[in-house]
Amino acid sequence: MKTLSLSALLLCVMCVLVMMNLSFGAVSLTFNDLLSGFQPTSEFYFTIHEYRLPRTLLAMLVGGMMALSGTLVQGVIRNPLASPDVLGVSHGAGLAAVLLMTLYPDVSVYWLPWTALCGGLLAALVLWLLCGSHSSAIKLAITGIALATLYGSLVDFLMLTRPLEINNALLWLTGSLWGRGWDQVTMILPWLILVPVAFWLAKRINLVQLGDDVATSLGVSIPVTRLAVLAIAVGMTAACVSICGPIGFLGLVAPHLARRLVGGRHQILLPCAILVGMTLLLLADLVARTIDPPIELPAGIMTAILGAPYFLWLLFRTK
Amino acid sequence: MSLSTHNLSVGYHDHVIVKQVNLNIPEGKIIALLGPNGCGKSTLLKSLARILKPMSGEVRWQDNNLHTLPANFLAKNLALLPQTQPIPEGISVRDLVAYGRSPYTGFWGRLNAEDKRIIQQVMQETEIIKLADQWVSELSGGQRQRVWLAMTLAQDTPYLLLDEPTTYMDLSHQVELMHLLRKLNLQGKTIITVLHDINQAARYCDHLIVMKQGQIITQGSPESVLTKAMLKDVFALDAQIYQDPIAKTPMCVVE
Repeated sequence: MKTLSLSALLLCVMCVLVMMNLSFGAVSLTFNDLLSGFQPTSEFYFTIHEYRLPRTLLAMLVGGMMALSGTLVQGVIRNPLASPDVLGVSHGAGLAAVLLMTLYPDVSVYWLPWTALCGGLLAALVLWLLCGSHSSAIKLAITGIALATLYGSLVDFLMLTRPLEINNALLWLTGSLWGRGWDQVTMILPWLILVPVAFWLAKRINLVQLGDDVATSLGVSIPVTRLAVLAIAVGMTAACVSICGPIGFLGLVAPHLARRLVGGRHQILLPCAILVGMTLLLLADLVARTIDPPIELPAGIMTAILGAPYFLWLLFRTK
Repeated sequence: MSLSTHNLSVGYHDHVIVKQVNLNIPEGKIIALLGPNGCGKSTLLKSLARILKPMSGEVRWQDNNLHTLPANFLAKNLALLPQTQPIPEGISVRDLVAYGRSPYTGFWGRLNAEDKRIIQQVMQETEIIKLADQWVSELSGGQRQRVWLAMTLAQDTPYLLLDEPTTYMDLSHQVELMHLLRKLNLQGKTIITVLHDINQAARYCDHLIVMKQGQIITQGSPESVLTKAMLKDVFALDAQIYQDPIAKTPMCVVE
């Protein structure tokens, strides 16, 4: 009952945020303007249909998928401080993107998301080859963090040695929804197929929480479950990062908030985390766009400003 | 014999812990695995529960190699309670016990009336009904141990494998647990448990298996196993054997 009312409340908050994201920005629209904006004849058609609508949809898709990936990773790594970042996926995608921008600055930006996607998936593959399927969760996490740091320092090296392209790279690396439209929405849509697969694994993720021995005794194969769940998280994270850049803290904070709201049963936790992630990124992008128009801050900065204190509080509390 | 080992060697990496063990688990009994620290009793228990793969030899379920049988079939026949458990976040006691029904539920884990009845029953047997809606992470060590035991019982298996189940419990809950094991045994369960307290084992178990350095030294009824010579050989203790004045089982008193 409590879960149901909380989900309803979250849904309402999200709907309000969707309306606000469509209404506010460099030009603020009234509700009637907003409705008329869906007609091709309206003067606001371009603002709504071509600019704010795809961007709002993208915030929901990316926010939800990042939160879902984070929940999945925390679930099978069995560490509440884990996030897709510990797999080195976002840093790998970042490195690939910065490599493209600095080494081939003349290449069309069309290739940027594809390069980042390959980089992210490649980073996960490297982690897998180093650790293998039977390694412990903690070994996987530590190796992933070490690799992520390596990719991060390579990014720094590239940017310091090629200062001409540093601005574009920096903008991309903070994670932003700026200038994204229908093309990006269609690029990310196919990855939604992984969401039902994640739900299908929910029962097994619950049992992984009970430790390897008990999970095995209950008939769950730990290596298979871990591989499947991490593969889903890697795919979705790489897809999101390739479109929006690494949006910090979302994959870490959203699962925690969701767990505090509805508990740790993944049948409920997974959908709730998706809602929380959507809400957080909608809020972050709204604030980023409206805090000082027409100047826009990257949404990644907003999620970091919201997420970092929460993360610190979390660390403080787990002591 | 449903469960048996044949020239079983188990270990971690290159280190052999259980060496060439041949063992038939007597059906329908309460069996205690005894021995000093590091003798391989937990390792043997884990390989009986198919957690550890044999280095050589095999564990058999009836006439089949345990590791070739379907995971879900085994989950309905063998339940294991390990020595230590993680503390899951945001899980209520009732949820955790309900996870024991997983081998019987569908992909979404929905519980039917029978599942709910069994969950309620095992929570009553382990006296955790009052804790049902608390988070597992808020409980004391002894309470948590009983919750995990309830989860293992909810799995409703003919075989129950327990690794030092009394460790975190106070004395009265230890006694209650041993009584519960007797009751479950009367209902037909075979129970294999690692125990540290030799007198507890002699009083409540039908069959004792004594291990030392990865091998079985002796096994049989408490009367035949619990001798001065065995305690000297296995535990390097000088002790006298007396008869428990109430249960009439043997008990040892260290000199």
